[in-house]
Amino acid sequence: MTAVIRPDKRRAWLPVLVAAVLFPLSVSAWASSDAQALHVLNRLAFGPAPGDVQRVANMGVDQYIQQQLHPDSMPLPEALQQQLASFATLQRSPTELFAQYGPQPHPRGEKPTPAERKALRQRARVILQQAAEARLLRAVESPRQLQEVMTAFWFNHFNVFAGKGLDYLWIGSYEQRAIRPYALGHFRDLLFATAKSPAMLFYLDNWLDTQPGTPHAKGRFQGINENYSREIMELHTLGVNGGYTQTDVTTLAHILTGWGLCPPRGFFSRPSGFCFDPQRHDFNSQVFLGSEIAGGGQREIQQALAMLADSPVTARHLSYELAQYFVADHPPSALVERLTQQWLHSDGDIAAVLDTLFHSPEFWSAHYTGNKFKTPYEYVISMVRASGQPLTNVQPLLGMMARLGMPLYGCLTPDGYKNTRGVWLNPDAMMMRLSFATALGYGNLRLDSNGMRPEKPEQRVTQLFDTLRGLFTPQEIVKIDSQPLPLRAGLILGSPQFQYR
Amino acid sequence: MNRREFLQHAALVSGATLVALGTRGWAARLSDAIAGNRRLIVIFLRGAVDGLNVVVPYADDRYYQARPTIAIPKSGQDNGALDLDGYFGLHPALAAVLPLWQNKSMAFVQASGSPDPNRSHFEAQAYMETGAPGDTAVSSGWMNRLLGALPGPHAPTEALSLGTALPRIFTGPNPVSNLPLGRNAGHPMPIDRPRVADAFDALYQGNTMVDQVFHQGQQARSELMMDLQQDMADSYNGAPSVIGFANDTQRLAKLMAGDASIRLAFLSVGGWDTHVSEGSAQGQLANHLQALGQGLAALIQGLGSLYQDSVILVMSEFGRTFRENGNAGTDHGHGNVMWLLGGQVNGGKVYGDWPGLSDDQLYQNRDLAVTTDFRQVIGTLLSRHLRLADAGLAQVFPDGLGAGVNLSALLKA
Repeated sequence: MTAVIRPDKRRAWLPVLVAAVLFPLSVSAWASSDAQALHVLNRLAFGPAPGDVQRVANMGVDQYIQQQLHPDSMPLPEALQQQLASFATLQRSPTELFAQYGPQPHPRGEKPTPAERKALRQRARVILQQAAEARLLRAVESPRQLQEVMTAFWFNHFNVFAGKGLDYLWIGSYEQRAIRPYALGHFRDLLFATAKSPAMLFYLDNWLDTQPGTPHAKGRFQGINENYSREIMELHTLGVNGGYTQTDVTTLAHILTGWGLCPPRGFFSRPSGFCFDPQRHDFNSQVFLGSEIAGGGQREIQQALAMLADSPVTARHLSYELAQYFVADHPPSALVERLTQQWLHSDGDIAAVLDTLFHSPEFWSAHYTGNKFKTPYEYVISMVRASGQPLTNVQPLLGMMARLGMPLYGCLTPDGYKNTRGVWLNPDAMMMRLSFATALGYGNLRLDSNGMRPEKPEQRVTQLFDTLRGLFTPQEIVKIDSQPLPLRAGLILGSPQFQYR
Repeated sequence: MNRREFLQHAALVSGATLVALGTRGWAARLSDAIAGNRRLIVIFLRGAVDGLNVVVPYADDRYYQARPTIAIPKSGQDNGALDLDGYFGLHPALAAVLPLWQNKSMAFVQASGSPDPNRSHFEAQAYMETGAPGDTAVSSGWMNRLLGALPGPHAPTEALSLGTALPRIFTGPNPVSNLPLGRNAGHPMPIDRPRVADAFDALYQGNTMVDQVFHQGQQARSELMMDLQQDMADSYNGAPSVIGFANDTQRLAKLMAGDASIRLAFLSVGGWDTHVSEGSAQGQLANHLQALGQGLAALIQGLGSLYQDSVILVMSEFGRTFRENGNAGTDHGHGNVMWLLGGQVNGGKVYGDWPGLSDDQLYQNRDLAVTTDFRQVIGTLLSRHLRLADAGLAQVFPDGLGAGVNLSALLKA
């Protein structure tokens, strides 16, 4: 197979029809259209749900890819929309959440007692609960699977820890407002959305970043805080070997002074909660990454962030990450290079880069299929999807992710969770995975709070085999079928094959 | 597993694999295979602990000028530093380990750290764990290479990692065991039922990594379940600690005390990245140090007589800024303090070449300088405590030990 460079595609949705013609695969390389369908479902989705393989095989994998790259073309099912609409905290703006669930001002300026603070946090737990429910329901049931895959990917890339300070308030709105809408959009928009989100401003302390000696440099706002400046370059954009220096970190921290949260009194004036305070900003001109940036408040900040977003170093760093997620733990450098070119060519259009990736020979190479070991998140979601069980109670899933070392919204450090096998494949984790698969296979997990029990074991096993048949050789199917009936569903979900995507 | 996947994994099987085990290892069976009883436990404080508030230069006024709200009060004052040598004092939240200083089994190396100026947590940790700062060609961890350099034959339980994920420091060609942590680690699971285990066993008969790891998991699980029954019988004596870290170190101690083959152990603990509201004698850092101190005390108590032959090394990726920042916290810095505890340590002394705290003595006019490369400290430990020969040392630290004063007095001969 040869490398295919896609023609200039600034807007990726135009050539949907053309794409079928350009599609580079020699179909003969693949045993069947079912196998192709299973592959794209494993990578662009969280694995197949009942009926998916047949549906995708019938429509053709390229049609499926184009649909997934343009999620707005697919409506969410009515039932899912209703469930999502019932999560009130997800409809609230950051300022509303702060007002309703944040620290309450005391009339006489006293500090709240520890007991009061605890009560408030208890009350606010509904926010995290609803964010987690919405995330998992979408991951399991949304037809816009790639959007959910990329939402998880970008949330992790721009990780925020729910347990830090006030971030318990904003974790859901962060995902809803700053991540999901841009998950397949332009990287620059995504970077700016995260940069202006209260969740990120709080998590990486930029809300405190203040030029000493400015009129508003008082109280908590005493000086430079370079936490965000460092991580935005090291993790979010250029990457750790991205050629910046400690001086660039400090300079960016000066550029970013005043870029923060609205003060509590003015907080309610802006739904977003983001405010720039010129009275804490350093208006000096700066030399950042070798370029002169004239002092100018927000304009200069936007200039610096755009420099980072548009840098070829960023393009390469993110292309590597995408290739690592979608192709291999050690992605082939030729692919990374082509993605980098497409990234630069398309002005950081994530859907366009993914389009190139999904049509690359590497993505379709037998060497790189079924080779990505599922993270705990992917494993749990893919099991529930394959089982086709109705999901109204996500608690068992959240518990399992936590026990496997990947609690949802619980990654403490800004580098997020890894998606490479070395990190997740170990003896203890395998025992937990198989135990979870067994319980799910038995129908013992109470995933449906309405008390609906899944179908009889025979039906469950038949349906799972229908959904996942492509994973097994006939001999392996015989092996599973020789085991006691109640165990078979769990064996399918706990099989070595199902640990990979 | 198909043939393609097998081939793909075959090359990786020689890579480090974690072998889980319960609190009763296989080890007793192999106890005398390894010469010597010397052990090394490394505790990594992830997030960069503020070493200047751990071993506090309380006799230098510049310290108080630089840290108006977070300095630890002078020794002798309320909540003051616990005096060590008239110049340095220990953070008062570490009172649990002060007796070790007094019985001369605890020492510090101030102004130590990595020569690499990187202030990224992740990069700096990686370099400290590979033992080759700035050298991206070295990807395995120094503790894994150490395992290879120690005289064999090697028991599978010789190196132990606490927690479920394999840390960088242990990645490499030699196998490493792991011990799951946390309250639920020993609860019975479906896989513990023989019928379920046998059924999966039939599926995991391939030669790939996932098959191997499955079998390691099964073996470990059965040992753990046996132990659990013993644990429940024991748990009536003495109340369990409320602090998670002390629970973990107690389990580690119990495991090492019951298993002669464990020579190297590693665990890490986070929560040290105090950019905001670090606190002084009380507060965020104090709370964490208190838990750490109690965990160390529990570890040492649990090791019992083994403590005589053990060294516990406590380290962190870099120090923090000398001056406090605008948020009553500290940002990423450079030099830090390393801790050594154990019967073989010539304790009661702060080692290292103290660079001073004036503006021109600080690294880049902001951080404590590094005058002792962390590899000097570890190298001394390996050669004098674990009796590693020079060739072995070169294997563990292929880029040498870096700069620093002679530390041979740090350990007893």
